[in-house]
Amino acid sequence: MSAQVKLGTEPSAVTRWIILGVVGVIFAIPIIALLQFSFRDGLGGGYTLDHWAGLFDADAARTYRGLFQAIGNSVLLAIVTVAIVLVILLPTMILVHLQFPRLKRVLEFICIIPITVPAIVLVVGLAPVYSVVVKIFGSGVWTLAFAYGITVLPYAYRAIQSNLDAVPVVTLSEAARSLGAGWLTVLRLVLLPNLRRGVLAAAFISVAVVLGEFTIASLLNRVNLQTALLQVGQSDPWVAAIFALLALTFAFVLLLLIGRLARNRNNS
Amino acid sequence: MTSSIPIATTIASSLTTEGATVELIGVVKDYGSHRALNSIDLTIKPGEFVALLGPSGCGKTTALRALSGLELVNGGQILIDGVDVAAVPTNKRDIGMVFQSYSLFPHMTSLENVEFGLRMRKVPADERRTRALEALDMVGLGTFAERFAHQLSGGQQQRVALARALVTRPRVLLLDEPLSALDAKVRVSLRDQIRRIQTELGITTVFVTHDQEEALAVADRVAVMKDGVIEQIGTPEELYTTPATPFVADFVGLSNRVSAELSSGKVLVHGKELDLLGAPQADGPVTAYIRPEDVAIESTGIPATVVASSFLGSLRRTQVVLADGSLLSIQHDVDTRPLPGDAVFLRLKGAPVSAVPRAVNAPVAEVAVP
Repeated sequence: MSAQVKLGTEPSAVTRWIILGVVGVIFAIPIIALLQFSFRDGLGGGYTLDHWAGLFDADAARTYRGLFQAIGNSVLLAIVTVAIVLVILLPTMILVHLQFPRLKRVLEFICIIPITVPAIVLVVGLAPVYSVVVKIFGSGVWTLAFAYGITVLPYAYRAIQSNLDAVPVVTLSEAARSLGAGWLTVLRLVLLPNLRRGVLAAAFISVAVVLGEFTIASLLNRVNLQTALLQVGQSDPWVAAIFALLALTFAFVLLLLIGRLARNRNNS
Repeated sequence: MTSSIPIATTIASSLTTEGATVELIGVVKDYGSHRALNSIDLTIKPGEFVALLGPSGCGKTTALRALSGLELVNGGQILIDGVDVAAVPTNKRDIGMVFQSYSLFPHMTSLENVEFGLRMRKVPADERRTRALEALDMVGLGTFAERFAHQLSGGQQQRVALARALVTRPRVLLLDEPLSALDAKVRVSLRDQIRRIQTELGITTVFVTHDQEEALAVADRVAVMKDGVIEQIGTPEELYTTPATPFVADFVGLSNRVSAELSSGKVLVHGKELDLLGAPQADGPVTAYIRPEDVAIESTGIPATVVASSFLGSLRRTQVVLADGSLLSIQHDVDTRPLPGDAVFLRLKGAPVSAVPRAVNAPVAEVAVP
């Protein structure tokens, strides 16, 4: 007698905890190792707080100037990338949703493409484009945000689209217009407050992606947090480990916030 | 018994309005190669309540959306008080609209929702609040001002939407199947409330519905639409008793489709001569539309056998099969209780009928159930 396989049944609480534990351990081991390494006193063994304390030395600003500058670059890139998402992607998605629903599939396809293209391939394509970008906008590090605007498209699109699908955007905007609101007012007073969670999630995930990006920055010879960490790591691996930990913690907090927002949406 | 909805006994003067005249003249709307509105002509008098009635895809919602400006028309004129608004954007048309799906802004309270239109008109905050509360009182929801949409039932949400649409004293109120998502009891109750408020405010109202009972119950006049044209417009009584076309006879109320002969303007059905409704037609075989209440069960007459009989509260509806195999639906009082298999005799009461030409060998009668 063949055993019947039940589809769609939830795993038991024990199974869930086991899965969570295994996955947690897989994620935790390298992070704990990184943390432990940041306290190691050289290769001879023993632990010290000197590496962490060194960050707050009077000389630290000079020693790690490059690294702090890279952090500044990454923050700037994150801000410009989020601005690109908010100024270009969000209005485009709302416009397509309201006025050109037939283009939804096309837009989705375009936005998903970057996830299928390896960063190295993207750079090969972007290199000649950036020779033009440099001529127009100069070689400021912020111009890297144009490339990041593309790499974050799939994640930002998904976050906003799921919110758009959950809210009766068409009816709400028609109701607002019938009450005398112009398009900008509809966007400001009706749509954005109801798309807040999707927009925030898109922004947070964009920040997380930008802070973790290495390949494009490295191959286009720009300095960001990740390229600087690599450089610092070659001379002071402990500081590189500390900054990697801090960046991970920041990204983790952002993802927790996204999770919290999603839970709030489900509850409401 | 219908469920009662608490309502204000008097309506604040801040909400009364002077109804506008609405005219659609030769309005055409195309979606690609499909013509959704085919040269619609319709005049609505100030303060009148007109229902647009028809099956799905007949163009009734398109007509309403054209009137609201949510759909731009391809031709014709839309006049409100004599001014062509066909090219005026929705937010400048001064209309109030209630939608089929719940359309309250979820991030605002009921009060904020109702205030929204006044806010767009830059009404001072104090006056805004007073008028919004009056509007909520009008629909019996004054105590629900601080509730959000998800804290209201479907009927309550539609009542807030009605208050929101009326608080700005719009020239025209447009109702796009506002009751279709509600359960039967609430639907009837809210329907009556809408009619009462509309009468008291005197606002010109256009109400779209596919429910003939709803349209006949509330409207001053009903426009029956089919394939993008208005088949007939008239009072509920006119539509029911003198349908201009077989479609109207079929769609409004219940009709039996019966094989008959047309001769010299008279319709001959089972040996009985009946007057023809509508335009004169050429003699020949026709399909006649006979109302169930225009057929009676008698002790003599057309022989038939009972197929089924249903108790409908204040009346009973019985299906019978005639000797030629055709089915008829009859409406009669509840005291007569025929059983399936009973032999009965029928009499046509002689009311005028609509008829449409029929091919000689076309199938015989059948019951039309709208």
